[in-house]
Amino acid sequence: MACPSISTRSWTERLSARGIEMGAEANPIAAPLAHVVRNRIAGATGVAGLKRLSGGASQETWSFDAITSGDPVQLILRRAPGGERAPSATAVPLETEARLIGLAGGVGVPVPTVRHILAPEDGLGHGFIMNRIAGETIARKILRDDEYANARPKLARQCGEILARLHNIDKASLPPLRTSPARAEIEQYLGVYKAHGHPHPVFDLALRWLKENAPPESTDHTLVHGDFRNGNLMIGPDGVRAVLDWELAHIGDPMEDLGWICVNSWRFGNIDQPVGGFGAREDMFEGYEAAGGAKVDPARVKFWEVLGTLKWGIMCTIMVTAFKSGADRSVERATIGRRSSETEIDLLRLLAPRAKEA
Amino acid sequence: MQDQPTASELVEAVADFIRNHAMPQLQGHAAFHARVAANALDIVKRELEVAPTANPDERRRLTDLLGHDGPLEELNSELCARIEAGEIGLDTPGLADHLWKTTLTKLAIDQPNYSGYRRALEESR
Repeated sequence: MACPSISTRSWTERLSARGIEMGAEANPIAAPLAHVVRNRIAGATGVAGLKRLSGGASQETWSFDAITSGDPVQLILRRAPGGERAPSATAVPLETEARLIGLAGGVGVPVPTVRHILAPEDGLGHGFIMNRIAGETIARKILRDDEYANARPKLARQCGEILARLHNIDKASLPPLRTSPARAEIEQYLGVYKAHGHPHPVFDLALRWLKENAPPESTDHTLVHGDFRNGNLMIGPDGVRAVLDWELAHIGDPMEDLGWICVNSWRFGNIDQPVGGFGAREDMFEGYEAAGGAKVDPARVKFWEVLGTLKWGIMCTIMVTAFKSGADRSVERATIGRRSSETEIDLLRLLAPRAKEA
Repeated sequence: MQDQPTASELVEAVADFIRNHAMPQLQGHAAFHARVAANALDIVKRELEVAPTANPDERRRLTDLLGHDGPLEELNSELCARIEAGEIGLDTPGLADHLWKTTLTKLAIDQPNYSGYRRALEESR
């Protein structure tokens, strides 16, 4: 069984990285980055507008422009914190993430072009430089703003098409990835939940249901993105522009990606649009099959939606551990613990729906 | 018996102070965290109002399901263990009803605007 504490830390860090914009700060990477950019980006003479976009401990994301004699080249640096690679049971190394993005781009998945994978002599540690794509990742804006009104009806089908291409990537071409079949995922989150120690009878009910309804071991496995949801998709007025955040990629049941994007937590209030709050399951399934994906098994997609809902609920409860331990005494961290009940009601609606009275 | 104002009224006054007096003078992260703090106090206020009757109700239901009384947390832990062992499930009379009532109470305190909660309330009408 994967070590729950490591997996927990990875998720804790990913949560804290969400939506936090850091202000300007003294910047030790400016000089080595300028050096790398001059050597590796054709025509670049220097770096401008360097700023850190996310404050998470699991990844650093920096936005900057490479100065050239013509238009500046808009770029992103994704780097391990302090350049050091943190060992993690679930997150892939940044070099692997870069290779996956390259493979995905090769089969028509919209992704930012990777411009350079950091080498030891670059002096920036582990990470890579990629093109910066214009678009929106904030789910609520994608779901509410007029700018995306024409894109919204197309997104569910596009997500299906993208996932089909992603799942069809030749497994022989993939870098080493962990394999995580359904039963291993259940055991992993059971371990995290039990280590936390606070009783949640609805979680035990869901775990029991998941064990009884797990897909058979013989299920065909493919590359799975692992965090394909509203919030990790760069959207423009024309639709999906890029699939981001590949660090939870693994080998597993392809239906996992189709179920995760339907978890109610990622619908951001649009409860009647199961796919990311913007579309219908049927549209995603049609897009998936039309683009060469395997026949969709809605029961297995539901299995992964239930597991995804539970997973998110357990991650909310363990925020309490970070709070109580003193590692993070912020009110924000504390109150996330009071959001696990959201997933409990979603689980009950999935597993024990009450008959609607006439 | 304590004096007035009640704990709930005090908490409400502090949340009101944060929202309407402190927050307008704050910016960026501080303003964001002030809003989170006011929301946390709303949770406390709702818990002060709802839990004194809801917790004994929950304990009575657990006593019926498990066949004995005990402290609320111990009863919940036992229910978890018996669900995990497959001794109690959705086919056990009273379990689904108990979990629904308990969860609806949690949401009424924690996140009464959550889409899943609002939909569940509509569906129970």
